[in-house]
This record gives sequence, structure tokens and C-alpha cells, in this order.
Amino acid sequence: MTSYLLRHLQVLFYSLGQLARTPFASLVTVAVIGISLALPAGLYVLLDNMQRVSGAWDGAAQLSVFLKRDVSERAGLALAQKIRARPEIASVNYISREAALAEFKRLSGFGNALNALDGNPLPAVLAIRPASPHADAATLARLGKDLQAMGEVELVQLDLDWIKRLNAILDLARHGVWLLATVLALALTLIVGNTIRLAVLGRRTEIEIIKLVGGTDAFIRRPFLYSGLLQGLGGALCAWALLALVLALLAAPVQELAALYGSRFELRGLDVSAGLALLALGALLGWLGSRLAVGRHLRAIEPR
Amino acid sequence: MIQLSNVCKRYPGGHEALKNVSLALADGEMAFLTGHSGAGKSTLLKLIALIECVTSGQIMVNDKNLARLARRRIPYFRRGIGVVFQDNKLLFDRTVFDNVALPLVVCGVPHKEIARRVRAALDKVGLLAKEKMPPITLSGGEQQRLGIARAVVNKPPLLLADEPTGNLDPELSDQIIDLFHDFNRHGVGVLIATHDLRHIERLKLRRLTLKDGAIVQDSAA
Ligand SMILES: Nc1ncnc2c1ncn2[C@@H]1O[C@H](COP(=O)(O)OP(=O)(O)OP(=O)(O)O)[C@@H](O)[C@H]1O
Ligand SMILES: [Mg+2]
Repeated sequence: MTSYLLRHLQVLFYSLGQLARTPFASLVTVAVIGISLALPAGLYVLLDNMQRVSGAWDGAAQLSVFLKRDVSERAGLALAQKIRARPEIASVNYISREAALAEFKRLSGFGNALNALDGNPLPAVLAIRPASPHADAATLARLGKDLQAMGEVELVQLDLDWIKRLNAILDLARHGVWLLATVLALALTLIVGNTIRLAVLGRRTEIEIIKLVGGTDAFIRRPFLYSGLLQGLGGALCAWALLALVLALLAAPVQELAALYGSRFELRGLDVSAGLALLALGALLGWLGSRLAVGRHLRAIEPR
Repeated sequence: MIQLSNVCKRYPGGHEALKNVSLALADGEMAFLTGHSGAGKSTLLKLIALIECVTSGQIMVNDKNLARLARRRIPYFRRGIGVVFQDNKLLFDRTVFDNVALPLVVCGVPHKEIARRVRAALDKVGLLAKEKMPPITLSGGEQQRLGIARAVVNKPPLLLADEPTGNLDPELSDQIIDLFHDFNRHGVGVLIATHDLRHIERLKLRRLTLKDGAIVQDSAA
């Protein structure tokens, strides 16, 4: 067992040596793998951050309940009282028709134009905040439906649509990332496969002679698999570093932007487990690519 | 040990290198294979080592039919045959030591054991002093002896040698053939292709003569 491990270790170092012999070609391959891995990994980080942003904003969700115009102020206040009693509600703010008009005049600058109207066109509004700051979309939608069913209510407007839209976009983007990752994984396998193919062809006589003295395919394959694995691993490390670099460059401007919104939001990079997964993925793809390439080409090289 | 029955070999391109060759080599027997250039000596050795495949006929080595050998068994079969190639087939980017070690490395022989056996083999062919050199710095004769050391290093029960003395002076040539003869006395089967009739007369061993791909003379028959 130890001798088995020892032999693999030897092959590992031998493969490292082989890679070091052609440093330029190895570095180019590693860089290409790194960039191809950095793309989906970067998108993943971006999505992760966006999800945190949208999660934080979920809590800001508000329901606006427009009352029918014939509902009196007293009835409106009574309704507000009734709704406030429900457990999932934090606060209900009654905005009378007059208050609504005054606010509209103040904010819109259409004050004089509104004066020309011969009545107040605006309804009374109940501004409702759900109790839980993280009330999810489904709960809010159910609440909205209950409110809509009340006789005094003309219209319930959930300020939720944009969050839903954002979430839908994020969902789409997540699918996109997986799709992109799959395509790039395929490309990576081919890239590694091609480098290994060239390496195999470049060492044709060596392979031939090893076969002549009784080397098995597995024996010949091993160093190539290791160099594929090492290149994949190196590429993944490179991708991780690249990502960290980009995030470090973006940290200051993002903080500034967040500060403008009164938020202490900070970009979060790959955590350790995601980073390790990235490394494992790189190594796996490198191994797979060389496995595919070597398998085909070893068979073609037969001693003559 | 080796038995050929009606073996024909036609190379792609149509040349018929061996025509209906039948012969048998007993366990632990030593024989010389001679014949003009292009007679098919190398071809015969390659067929036995499964480097080429027969076009028709049958070859048995150690009672195994080579045609029936599964592809993945071929490496293990080759480990049992030490081959000295006419063109040596050396790895020029590795040292003399590493070249000789190769057959042991592919078998997974432990490190210390490898060093011991490689030095023993190099010593036999008089190359011990050059173990750290790359083969390219060796003379033609030294490269040939390096090929011989590699063929014998894992003590195979059968040795096939294709012109192993082609580049050696008569004295060294005798030494090398005596080395093979010594192996043979320890029970190793040996088949040597050579132009050098001197050895055949000197050692009074069996001689097989090929002409245009056919056996025309077998001194044992
Ligand atoms: N790979 C090959 N493809 C086609 N023809 C070949 C091949 N190898 C050998 N031949 C032909 O087969 C014939 C026998 O070749 P072989 O190498 O067995 O001769 P040989 O007896 O070893 O000659 P020499 O003494 O010159 O080494 C030759 O005519 C050669 O041209
Ligand atoms: Mg020949």
C-alpha cells in the first residue's frame, strides 16, 4: 500500500517535472483554464451577491390598500384598526383622501392643475407593513388576497412585483450560469485534452519504447493523467486568484455605491467551501480531458 | 518454448517477408538466425515478441497461442522476453541508468532493487562507469551494449537479439555472445539474429538460415 502510494507520488512529481520542462506551454494552458473557470465562478459570485441584496430588500415590502371612494374617514380608520389587529401586520397607516391630495400636490408639482378639478380624485390609502421583516412573497400575496376580499377595498397593490421580477431575472441568470459553466467545462475538457494529445504525440517514441519493454497502458497513462489533473488544478487556483483580484478592485466602488443607498453592503467572494469545490472541479476536468485524449491516442501508438 | 507453424508475414504494401516458416525452439535452447539482408530475420523476431502480427499461421510461445492473447495481456507477455533491437530503441532524453531501469520500473520493482539490478546488468556489458551519461554520448557499440543490458536486466526466460554485435569489434563481439551463452547455461532461451558466422562456428550451436523469407537450412534438423 505504501509502495503504491509512493509510486503515485513519484509519478506526480515526475509529471510536475514534465510540466516544468515546458513552462511556457504549461502556463498558457493553466491561464486559459483559469480564465474559462473564472467566468462562471465570477457570475456565481455576482449572483450570490445580488441574491443577498434582493433578500435584504424583501423586508422593505409594503402593501398599499386603496379604499373605495365612498368609504368614509371613520370607516377607513375602523378598517385600519381591524387590520392592525392581525398578527402578521406590523403597522397600518391611514392616509385620508385629503392628506393624499396634499401630499400629491406637494410632491408632484401639479398643485395648480389639481385645483382646476372640481373634486378630490384620490382615494384614501392604507399603507401596510408586514410584521416580519423577511416576509416572503407568498405570505404577502396571501395577505394581499385577504385584503382584496374586503368590501371597502378597491385595490391592493403589492410593492412586490419588482422583487418578483428581480428574483425571476436571478433565476434566469442562475440557469444561464449553469449553462455557461457546462459549455465552458466542455471547452476545458477539450483544451486539456488537446494539450495532452500534443504531449502524447511529442513523446511518441518514448511511449513506443515503454510499450516494447512491457509497460501497460495504465502505466503510460498515469503521468499524463497527473499532468492533466495538475493543469486543471493550477487553472482553478488561477481562477480563484483572478476572482479575488477583481473583487478586491471592485470593493471600494461597491462600498461607495452602497453607502449612497445607506447600506453597509459588502461584496462577498468565494467562500472556502465554494473555492475548494472550484479546485476539485478544475482538477476533475483536467483529469477527464487527459483521460479522454490519452485513451484514444495510446491505442494508436503501437511499436513497430 | 517457441513454435512456429506455417507462419506467413505480408507487410502492408504487399511484400511477403516470411513464407510458410515452421520451426521449434526447445526450452532453454540457444540458436542463431542467419540470412542475407532482407531475408526476414528481424521480422521473425518481431513476430515472436508480438511487435508484428502474423498474416497467417500460428505462433506458440510457452504454449500460449499469440493470436489468442488479449490486447491488455500483451505488456505482461513482453515482460517475459528480453529483446535487443537492431536499432537499439533507446530513450535519448534519459540517462544510461534510467534506460536500463525502464523494464523494472514498468513492473513496479522497488527502488533499491532497481538500483542493484541495473548496476549488475551495466557491469555485465562494461558500462557501469557511464551510468549517469545520456545515451547520445555513447559510441555505437556502447549504445548496442546498453540495449543488451536493458534486455537482460529483468532476467527474462527468453532473449531475442537482433544483430547484437553489429557495431562491436571481434573481441567485444565474442564477449557479448559469450554473455548470451552464459545466460543460456543458466536456462534462458536465446535466439540471436546475426551475419557473423564466426560465432556459429566457434560455439557449435544450432543455426537457422533464412532466404527470401523461407527457412532453407536448420542445422538441428
Ligand atoms: N515495416 C515494414 N513494412 C514493409 N516492409 C517491411 C517492413 N519491415 C521489413 N520489411 C521488408 O521485409 C523484408 C524483411 O525485412 P527484415 O527486416 O525482416 O530483414 P532482415 O533479415 O532483418 O534484414 P537485415 O539483415 O538487413 O536486418 C525486407 O524486404 C523489408 O523490406
Ligand atoms: Mg534485421
